[in-house]
Amino acid sequence: MRIELERRVAQSPIIEFLAPLLAIVMAVLIGGALLAAIGKSPQQAFLVYFIEPFSDAWSLQELAIKASPLILIASGLAFCYRANLWNIGAEGQFVIGGLVGGTIAVVTHGMDHALGGYWILPAMLFAGALAGMLYAMITAFLRVKVGASEILTSLMLVYIAEITLDYFVRGRLRDPKGFNFPQSVPFEDIARLPFLAEGERLHAGILFALAAVFLASFVFRRTLFGFDVKLVGSAPKAARFAGFSEGRLTFAVFAISGAAAGLAGVCEVAGQIGQLQPVISPGYGFSAIIVAFLGRLQPWGILCAGLVLSLTIIGGENAQIAMKMPLDMTRVFQGTLLMCVLAMDVFTRYRLRLVWRRSV
Amino acid sequence: MTLTMLELVLFTILTAATPLVIAAIGELVTERSGVLNLGVEGMMIAGAACAFAIAIVTGSTALGILAGIGAGMLLSTIFAVLVIFLAANQVATGLALTIMGTGLAGLVGSGFIGLKRDAAVHLYIPFLSDLPLIGKLLFSHDLFVYLGWALVAGVAWFLKQTRSGLVLRAIGENHHSAHALGLPVRRVRFLAVLFGGACAGLAGAYLSLSYTPFWAPGMTAGRGWIALALVVFASWRPLYAFAGALLFGGATVLQLHAQAAALGIPGQLLTAVPYLATILALIVLSLRRKLGQTAPGSLGLSFMPDR
Repeated sequence: MRIELERRVAQSPIIEFLAPLLAIVMAVLIGGALLAAIGKSPQQAFLVYFIEPFSDAWSLQELAIKASPLILIASGLAFCYRANLWNIGAEGQFVIGGLVGGTIAVVTHGMDHALGGYWILPAMLFAGALAGMLYAMITAFLRVKVGASEILTSLMLVYIAEITLDYFVRGRLRDPKGFNFPQSVPFEDIARLPFLAEGERLHAGILFALAAVFLASFVFRRTLFGFDVKLVGSAPKAARFAGFSEGRLTFAVFAISGAAAGLAGVCEVAGQIGQLQPVISPGYGFSAIIVAFLGRLQPWGILCAGLVLSLTIIGGENAQIAMKMPLDMTRVFQGTLLMCVLAMDVFTRYRLRLVWRRSV
Repeated sequence: MTLTMLELVLFTILTAATPLVIAAIGELVTERSGVLNLGVEGMMIAGAACAFAIAIVTGSTALGILAGIGAGMLLSTIFAVLVIFLAANQVATGLALTIMGTGLAGLVGSGFIGLKRDAAVHLYIPFLSDLPLIGKLLFSHDLFVYLGWALVAGVAWFLKQTRSGLVLRAIGENHHSAHALGLPVRRVRFLAVLFGGACAGLAGAYLSLSYTPFWAPGMTAGRGWIALALVVFASWRPLYAFAGALLFGGATVLQLHAQAAALGIPGQLLTAVPYLATILALIVLSLRRKLGQTAPGSLGLSFMPDR
């Protein structure tokens, strides 16, 4: 007897809904086993990771703050991945967006502001999104015009973006009065994202994330462009036959995902951090890839998945303090989670079948 | 340039190229069988951490090497099960493997930060190793460098001259035809992925046991990704991969010497050289590719036999 996979004729909505949930359960079980193996208490870890972040309003806001960039980036990535184009360099586009947007805040710092300086924040957001977009377009250009693998070029550009940020923060953008620390001046209030309520921590960055979900959902459901993206991804031959420009679509999806990542980057420096530093991302660009898949490339799924991944990031930080657990445990868990998602994904396309057969 | 200077530069090129050669040759075999494993970086860094940890605990370099290879194979087994038997998306699974491998390496290595041990011993043959230039370049490396050369030669011979190599290439070119001919598509792919994992782990072991004999988080610094690019750059041919690795080794050495010479070039620009070189290599290659010689036909596609 052996087990075979058989292609499903029709998709089952129940399985599609259950698959990501099962994947989370599976990843939690595997993570627990791993913890037990290295001699930590899985029960305590479960409490620290998945229960404590919900314990008070402060932690809940933290959850939303960390989820915002993930959701924003993943909404953009969904366009690429639906079209079967592999932008895995969102981390780099995030960093470049933060750098360029943040530069405006640093340059205008301490100047007499025309118009009360109210143009500064919008200019930062716009410049950050534009920079992220152009940075992603390098990859798109190399893919369309030269034929270079977008996976490798976008990933190499992550390293280059990080090095560029490091160079400027230690060089021209360094705070001259900052005792030689590699960081810029703290941004003025006018260059910071406003808080959603007085005395709270949650800043306006989450509004962009929610807007991205709405927009992506609208585009996928209601527009021809959304349909084209899916067509190129699922039936490239048919798309080509229909006389469809794959090149133009490649540019479009990279532009969208790059702009989303760049915007997330500038929101991070203008919201959470408030200045430029050598490192501005705890790997949001990579975690967002997991968010996109866990959300099954559906905008509303991405919203939920962003919260789940945010939970693992916060849980990881808490566990580092409460249980002296290395931060790397978060990475292991995230990798495991993505693998479980992909493994479960199989059952949305295939069904298990037992085959009885005599050995030949 | 004096002879010793030349000797030193060429010697450094050979050592800097070694981790790239070993990892690239493994991935080349994997890709020739039609599977794209993007997890090289993760397997390599896990190999580096495990190799160093075991070498410190047992005091044996040989056991360290085996641990590195084992770590790479273990991770590649997970990958193989997912993409070969469950037909999971290869790009995403490879990324997951890199994320997971980086995390596991951090966990394993966390207790070993700051420790140092002696680098693996170098070959010394009286007379031969003392020859000018040739002695230094051919007869005074450590085990890993020779292993790398042997792997290149072995894989080149295997792919071109053996029946098994032909089977592997046939499966990579067109898995449906290969299946129809009765070739064991999934078994061969499984073995090819394992071989790639072993090589990535070995490359990691070289980094932490010989190249820089200590453990530091992120010490692979994208070498796994560069190895992936090398496979493309080499048009999936072993000897070209070796030549490409030497070019990259050259870029690394350029970086080191420019840093030492203090030419006033910002350090960050020099750090970026390997990554810029990779992009450049991909561009040059892709332009040339229009003349022919493309990827294995089934590369990156999943295969599920129709009973």
